[in-house]
Formats: sequence, structure tokens, C-alpha cells
Amino acid sequence: MNESNRLLLSGDEAIALAARHAGVALGAGYPGTPSTEILEHFSELGGHAQWSPNEKVALEVTIGAAFGGARALCTMKHVGLNVASDPLFTAAYTGVTGALIVVSADDPGMASSQNEQDNRRYAVAAGVPMLEPSDSQEAYDFMFAAIEMSERWKIPVLFRVTTRVCHSYTVVQSRASSEAPRPASFERDIRGRVMIPAYARPAHRRLRQKLAEMQEWNETSPLNRIVEGGASLGIITSGISFMHVRETAPEARVLKLGFTHPLPMKKIAQFVKGVARCVVIEEGDPYLVDAIRAAGIPVEGKPDMYRFGELDVPRVRRILNNDLSPEPAKPPGKPPQLCDACQYRIVFESLRKQDCIVAGDIGCYTLGVLQPFEAIDSCVCMGASVGVGLGLRHVLPPDQARRVVSVIGDSTFVHSGISGLVEMVYNPPPNGHVLIILDNSTTAMTGHQEHPGTGRTLDHEPTGKVVLEGLARSLGIRRVHVIEPQVGTGEFDRLLTDCLESNELSVIIARRPCILIAKQLKQYEEQRCECDAATAASAQAT
Amino acid sequence: MTKVTNIVVAGLGGQGVLKGTDILAEVALLAGYDVKKSEIKGMSQRGGSVTGDVRFGGQVFSPMVPSGEADFLLVLEPTQVEPQRHMLRPGGVLITPDAVSADQLPHKKTLNVALLGALSAHLPMAEEQWLVSLRSGFAETFFEGNRKAFLVGRVSQKTSK
Repeated sequence: MNESNRLLLSGDEAIALAARHAGVALGAGYPGTPSTEILEHFSELGGHAQWSPNEKVALEVTIGAAFGGARALCTMKHVGLNVASDPLFTAAYTGVTGALIVVSADDPGMASSQNEQDNRRYAVAAGVPMLEPSDSQEAYDFMFAAIEMSERWKIPVLFRVTTRVCHSYTVVQSRASSEAPRPASFERDIRGRVMIPAYARPAHRRLRQKLAEMQEWNETSPLNRIVEGGASLGIITSGISFMHVRETAPEARVLKLGFTHPLPMKKIAQFVKGVARCVVIEEGDPYLVDAIRAAGIPVEGKPDMYRFGELDVPRVRRILNNDLSPEPAKPPGKPPQLCDACQYRIVFESLRKQDCIVAGDIGCYTLGVLQPFEAIDSCVCMGASVGVGLGLRHVLPPDQARRVVSVIGDSTFVHSGISGLVEMVYNPPPNGHVLIILDNSTTAMTGHQEHPGTGRTLDHEPTGKVVLEGLARSLGIRRVHVIEPQVGTGEFDRLLTDCLESNELSVIIARRPCILIAKQLKQYEEQRCECDAATAASAQAT
Repeated sequence: MTKVTNIVVAGLGGQGVLKGTDILAEVALLAGYDVKKSEIKGMSQRGGSVTGDVRFGGQVFSPMVPSGEADFLLVLEPTQVEPQRHMLRPGGVLITPDAVSADQLPHKKTLNVALLGALSAHLPMAEEQWLVSLRSGFAETFFEGNRKAFLVGRVSQKTSK
């Protein structure tokens, strides 16, 4: 091995490096653990990366790039694909001209998520091919394979990774040279890309034809491999589970699947025939085992208790031993909490004191559910606070309805709270509603990414800024208040009381930069001012 | 094939657990081993428990140290010893902040590196390799303090043996 390009990379970094080396022209996404670092790293490597307001927009932008013949990368966490699923399903029909790789970073065990959905189901539902790397080397190599497949079959490829692939660092041998992005050029293809029913019907047939061809190709694809071993135990596995399997059962014969939709059923059947016992080891849903059994191939799956949470070496050992005894409980660690000087503390104290019914949202402030506040009553998905709050207001008796408040962060508001605000204007509850936007000028929970409300791009350069109060006023909200919550003044308390008692629609923007990066944000703002001044000066000069 | 060495580093968000595992993984890479490092980010940023696993040897498969198989457990925060003790194998080495005297550290933020110094006395990598890893892991202004902290930890184990 050439020592000079032996790198220790996270799966996220490896994906970014491969994207750069393969000449990906545009990367777009929305921050979400464990996917966030892909685009950040791609940008650091000189790639064109940008945060979109949400995953749906990111996917649409990258579909456009791929229609234009470019190689494009779209990244998101698993729940982000729910948001982006609408364009995904139809992009499978239209196909692409360049390459489109959609990274879904799943979070089995929910290290930092609201559910542990298994997005391998999306590959089947949308009808797109899926690759699953097991470590950073494969994340790197499979990206090239995914791009080749995407261009060969003119179809988006789902690149499915999990927390332990994204955030584990393993050794990567990279390729020597990198390709420059190819020049993009538009070629009209009305029947191929305009999905009116008359054109979509043949498009669906084309998609099924492509999938049949890919399945045939997958039977001999180098993306799946067999690790030789004894014939008494065979294991079929994919992704990170492969690593746990190799450690737990080094004597077993292993079929390691890298290209996991559409599955190479002939190869699987042949493998199963060659071993006395065949167990499917997979994290999360029984995706592989159900598909293999549905094809009439007899395999063992895991007991249902191992469907929950991540797999690891001890759990794989238990599965192989058919051990159904209760697992040892992990000793509790210290839970995270709102930072001591966080402005949100004041808001949650106030909500608690006024006995509000709080429809919450996704971000740092979800920690307001924990002690000492316990001041959040629901958290469903990005943007849900607004709609859930409105629904409660509509049905609850007036004494309860008047206490309902929706609480959302700035980045989450831009992501999918704006449509909720439109709903609030369009279908106002009888006693009005109060929406609090906690604006700390960053996407804090995922590690301080920019968003359209900060007026800075992914790499912190000044750009157009969505002004939240201006947006709310333009929608017709009369009571729009911007306040910096201060300890001890009671000002926020009074404002909240006023808004609750007004029976009108109110938007309170509680604004103070996140204390963890306040200094950095100030520097960005100063740069922005200098930049604005320079622009003004040059405008005057001309 | 070299046996795999398993190390778990534990502490609270903001203590430099992940920085510590970065440096540890880097030095194993420099020494030519196969190495894997695993960490859970996300909620850990807000002061919650953080652990990072580093495994190195001839060939490493799973990036996660199995419970009860850690050869070394480094704990930066005393309250995290009990929650993590189950990770240690019988006869494994526990390294806690007691390994170094706090007044010898250039800064309390260098505790993570000081405990790496203590760990280093048990591992086969050369001191020069550790220093290369430290140098690449820190900005120039922080390197000297961390070098000192590392040596404080390294010496502590040699004298206690």
C-alpha cells in the first residue's frame, strides 16, 4: 500500500472526497446528523456545495443539475428523505442525464433523531437502485460505482449509509487523480422529463425495464462479494453489520451485499444452497430477510428484539446463538441539556410559568422537554410545531386553546415552518395563535450550519437573506414582535402574556445569536458590513 | 497478525473526548496499523455523555469496541467512570484524571491530552509518533501546552510502574 495516500477518513469525508475526485459539479442538502459533514467537507475540498432550505428543494436543485448533464450529489439524514420523497419518486421515472446520487444517512438507535426508520424501503418504493457501503473505503469506492450506474442507466441512485458508517473513521486508499466537472449542456427531452400522465405511463414502464436490467447486472456485480468460510454457517449481510459479522463469526461463509436494490436473487439462492444454515444479519427492518423469503429462499432472520437499535458484536453473537434472553441494560449516561447561558432558557421558563401547551419542533430547543423545564408537549417532525399547535387550537375548549403556543427554531422555520405560517393566516383558530421563533442565527443542533435566514452561504459568505419578521408581516400577521430575551427583566413574560390574551395571530421572534458561536457570528456580520459598504461604494462610483 | 487493541475514551461534551480519539487514531495510523475510530456526535454537543472508541491492530472489523473487551478505558470526568466500567475487559487498564496531578497541567483543557500521555506509556507507538500526531491535531499556538500535558501524563505512568 502506498503510505502517502493512506488516509483516515470518516464515511462522510470519504463520500465528499470521492465526489470531488469524480468531478461532482454540485452538492446540495440540508444539515442533519449523521449526514452534515459530507457537504461541509466537499466544500472544504473545493467542491460547489450549498445548503438548501430543506431536503425537497435540495433534491429538486440536484435533479435540475443532473438534467443539465452534470454529476450531482444530494445529502440528507433519513427523515430528510421523507421531505424529499416527492421529487425522488418521480425522478425515478424521468431519470437523469448526468449523475444523481442521493445520500440517505440513517440513524438506527437514534443517536440524534426522532425515529429510526429504515430508508432501504425507499429504494423499493421509489424504484431506484441502492448501494450500501460498510466502511469509509467502500463509501469512497461505491461513490464512483454509483455515479457510473447513474449515468449508465440514467437513474438516481440511493446511497444508503448509517451513523456508524458516517461517523466511524477507517483507512482509505484514494485514487490518484481527480476529474474536473464536465461542461453541462441542456438537451431537450420533453417526453422524458415532463411527467404528464401520457408521458409518465411509458416512463413507468421504462423504469421497470431499467430495474430488471440492473437486477441482472447485479447477479455478477463486483459490489457484492463472498468471503469464503466453512459450509456449516452462511451469513448474508450488508452495511456496517458486515463488520460486526466478520468479527463475531470469522469462520462463517459470508455473502456481503453492497448493491442491495434490486437484489441479486440468483446469487443469493446459490449461496444459500451451499451452506447448512443461513442467517441474514441486518440492522433495523427485516428488509433483506423479507425480500429473500418472498423469493422462496429459506433463510433465518433475527428475532424481533434485535430490530430495535444498532447492532454490534455482542448483539450479532446473540442473534447467531438465537439468544432471546433480556439484554443487559446500558448504564444511563448524562443527558444533554440547554447551555447555561442559552436564551431559550428564559423562553421555556416563561412557557412553563404560564402553563402553556407547547407544540415543539426539532433542534437544540427540543431539550426544553427535559428537566428543569419540561415545557414541550409535542415534537413530531421538522416544522410540525406550527400545524400541530393550530390543530390543538381548533379543537380544544377555549380555556385550553388559549394556552397553546408553537415553538420553532430559525433554521427549522425556514425548512418547513413557513408553510405552517401560511396555514395560520389562512385558517386562523377562533382565539388566534402564538408562534415563537427562537432565532439564534444558526442551525445549532447539527453543528452551526448557515441557512437562508442567516444571509450567509454554506461556506459563510454573504448572500441574500430571508428576514423572518418581514416575511411574517408580508403574510398579513399584524402582531410581529422581535425581542431579545433578557434574564430578570420579565419583558419576555409580559410579551407572551399580551400575545396570548390578544386572541390574535402573533409571531414572537426571540432573537439572540447562539452563545457557542457568538464571537464567530459577530465576525461574519462585520465582514458582511464591510462587503455591503464596498458594494455601495462601487455602486456610487459607477 | 497483530492482535487488536481496544480503547474507549469517555467524558462529557466539551472535554475534548473526540479530539483525544482523533490524536490516538492518527498515531496508530502513523505507526502503520489498521485503525478504526467510532464516535457518536449530535446531542453530545450539549454537555451530555460522549464516548469514542479506537481500535488498532493487524485488521480491525467492527469500529465499535464490544462491551467488556476494552483493554484501556480513559475517563475524563469522574462521574463517567461507573457508567463506562462495563466496557473494560477483566484486567483492563482504567485511566482517570487521578493519573495526573491537575496543578502540573498547563491548562485544565489539556486533561484529555495528559491522559493520552498516560495511555501512551502502555502502547507500542514511539514518542516521536505521538508528537507528530499532536502537532497535526492542534493549531501551532496550542501545540506547546498540549505537548507539555502529554509528557506530564506519560511520565506519570512510568514513575508509578
